[in-house]
Amino acid sequence: MSADITAETPAKGTSLQLGHILRRAEPIIISLIAMLAGLALFGLFLLAVGKSPITFYELVYKAGFGSAFSWQNTLSRAAPLLLSALCVALPARLGLVVIGGEGAIVLGGVAAGAAGMYLPGLPGAIGIAAMMIAAAIAGGAWIGAVGAMRHYRGVNETISSLLMAYIAIALMNHLVEGPLRDPASLNKPSTAPIEAAYRIGEMPFLGTHWGLGLGVLACIACWVLIDRTSWGFAARIAGGNTRAAEVQGLPVGRLVIGFTALGGALAGLAGMMEVAAVHGSANASLAAGYGYTGILIAFLARHNPLAIIPVALLLAGFEASSGLVQRRLDLPDATVLVLQGFVFITILLSETAYGRFKLFRPDEWRRK
Amino acid sequence: MSEPEHSPDHALAVETVGLTMRFGAFTALDNASLKFKPGTFHALLGENGAGKSTLVKCMMGFYRPTDGQMMIDGREVDIPDPRAAHALGLGMVYQHFTLVPSLTAAENLVISREDAPTIINWRAEREKLDAFMKTMPFKVPLEQPVNRLAAGEKQKLELLKQLYLGRKFLILDEPTSVLTPAEADELLGMVRGMTQSGALTAVMITHKFREVSAFADDVSVLRRGVHVGSGRVGDYTHADLAAMMIGEKTIQQSAERRGEAGEAILSVSNALAPDRSGLKTIDIESLKVRAGEIVGIAGVSGNGQMELMEILTGQRPLTGGRIEVEGRPYHASRREARNLKVRYLPEEPLRNACAPKMSVAENIAFRTFDIDRAGKPRFWLDKTAMTARGRELVDAFKVKTASIDSEIASLSGGNVQRAVLARELTGEVDLLIISNPCFGLDFSAIAEIRARIVAARNSGTAVLLISEDLDEILELSDRILVMAEGRLVYETTAAAADTNEIGAHMTGHE
Repeated sequence: MSADITAETPAKGTSLQLGHILRRAEPIIISLIAMLAGLALFGLFLLAVGKSPITFYELVYKAGFGSAFSWQNTLSRAAPLLLSALCVALPARLGLVVIGGEGAIVLGGVAAGAAGMYLPGLPGAIGIAAMMIAAAIAGGAWIGAVGAMRHYRGVNETISSLLMAYIAIALMNHLVEGPLRDPASLNKPSTAPIEAAYRIGEMPFLGTHWGLGLGVLACIACWVLIDRTSWGFAARIAGGNTRAAEVQGLPVGRLVIGFTALGGALAGLAGMMEVAAVHGSANASLAAGYGYTGILIAFLARHNPLAIIPVALLLAGFEASSGLVQRRLDLPDATVLVLQGFVFITILLSETAYGRFKLFRPDEWRRK
Repeated sequence: MSEPEHSPDHALAVETVGLTMRFGAFTALDNASLKFKPGTFHALLGENGAGKSTLVKCMMGFYRPTDGQMMIDGREVDIPDPRAAHALGLGMVYQHFTLVPSLTAAENLVISREDAPTIINWRAEREKLDAFMKTMPFKVPLEQPVNRLAAGEKQKLELLKQLYLGRKFLILDEPTSVLTPAEADELLGMVRGMTQSGALTAVMITHKFREVSAFADDVSVLRRGVHVGSGRVGDYTHADLAAMMIGEKTIQQSAERRGEAGEAILSVSNALAPDRSGLKTIDIESLKVRAGEIVGIAGVSGNGQMELMEILTGQRPLTGGRIEVEGRPYHASRREARNLKVRYLPEEPLRNACAPKMSVAENIAFRTFDIDRAGKPRFWLDKTAMTARGRELVDAFKVKTASIDSEIASLSGGNVQRAVLARELTGEVDLLIISNPCFGLDFSAIAEIRARIVAARNSGTAVLLISEDLDEILELSDRILVMAEGRLVYETTAAAADTNEIGAHMTGHE
């Protein structure tokens, strides 16, 4: 290196701004290309089973986004996805890969159902608040425990969260078939239906329940938390380099447990919304796979809470189309899962593309 | 399949003739001519960075030397890669294990062969192995998975593996650094036995003089890439060897020193903690650093310096004793570090002091993002102030970066260190704790960083400098301590420092 140590190369304001935009564009462009590649690969899969990919994507568009009715369907599916994606994205900012949001969703749902059952006769707002608190505590404790095991005992959080999701589902089945079962629920064991006053209504004009509003708000709040507060900044340091965070004296353990618990609490709220706005009681329908789709959404959004909003809508549209695809193309409803799998793999592969394209590295243009 | 090996059947005589290795402008090894006589046990001594590793890497074909030759049994040989070295009967045992932990010793031996068949006939291989073991003077349990063996057994197995592969010239790179003294003696006794029987020529890189005098026949010393001497071990005292290793140091004071040392800022008493391996104990009986002085801790790598840094940064809990800063107990929490004005420069700043994917401005803000101008805790980030402060400090500390929004990982090593210095040295600093601040940096960066450390001292900061570079310690320190085997074993003022004395304590001999 030369002895000349001039600071920042003087550059024109415009090129600095361009550099800024390009750095920001890198994840968006790479993710988009990866997703398109996944969709294209899935098209090949469809050709292999003798179906037309063009018809398929037309149907997906029609069923997910083509009409007011399909939008309504998509939006109500997006509500739990937003929250369950946050359960992946928040821990991810600390460098943890938590994939067991499903467990927090079902336990949140059961806790909400139980709260509704054991606290009858309260004014609606208070009853709903009680259900939300119960759900947030249940989900937060579940995923927070994953963070605590990781921090104190070095247990791999990916494996433990996944396995704990199975335990959570078994626990839910036990509770709704046993201690919390409403004797009147014959074919499908459920908790007692919650009172009408505790039901969550629809948002104006959108034709979907308030869970969507809560999800969008939660995404914005999480973005603010990560990007604009000192707690979020501390979490980013710890996620970027735990050793550096320790040398800075940051409370790494509290951050890990706090962020995992917050993610779990949000996933718990997703379960509560399913109970209070969709099913009316807690039962096995809670384990609908939202937690797993949330993983894909969070990775597609690169764990950016704001980006989760459009990605969740897109994936919700795919899921909403599965019925129509099944009927029109005579494909099994698992087809949408295959599609998600293809996209997930191309997204994971795209991680290796970062830093490879000079277009996104304006710093290196001048170095020649 | 590889060609069949024609392993020699006797200990090899190996000689390097004018071996030179340059990396860019830096000469790591300068015209080194060493002779390793057949059937001898040869010790290779030198400080960190003296060129020992470079020499053996050239011999083993990991590097292509810039100039010079290798001779085996008097014939010139060409060693383009490690495979060629192996084919000639040259082998190496590393400081750390290279065995597959989940496989048994027998499996490890068989798969290490270059001609290991795709389908292994275990019965036949076992018979051959048993026959081989009968010729060996020592035994290792062959049926145990390697991860159940003790460190000494593993290192014996590494040695056995080299013999099984037909190596007749063996380089041992600090083979005892992970062993207990008893295990070390046993292993080295075996090597000595093998060399005496004429089955092997061995070269051992070591820092431990005791091992040299107890086991080796010959010794060679490298200093700054130059071969400074060789001879029979018996012809040298430890003091001679230390003097050869360390040489005449010209102590260059980097900058003007002002002021007298004041009150003790850092005081560590009877601090105990386990070391990395968990087998040994770090035991700091007493360590004091006063305001306005630089205390240097010298030592050979791996004698507990890394653990001491971790103790002081709160990453390694104490099992006994206490740390006080300005008379108050200190556990390195953020609040304590801030109130008592303690700052750190860990070694390898990108790995230990930065979040590589965060921007330069963000990395510079690590100390201050959660307080406002008045020092009160804040919840909301002030990004405008963060950017402004980043700009200011990047200018003040001459950090060369394309933009303060660039990832800090995209900066050169010297500029990462400058950015970390900017963060840690801005504002009032009462205590600065530094570990190997100049590893891997170029000259201009080193001079500048050392000048900043001295400037901090002159302004009344207490500085603790832990460094494996003795020149750096001698250049910067007011007081010098030597760390060996997890303890502080020697203390001297810089003015009275005798490098031979320091060297002897570093290598564990008074």
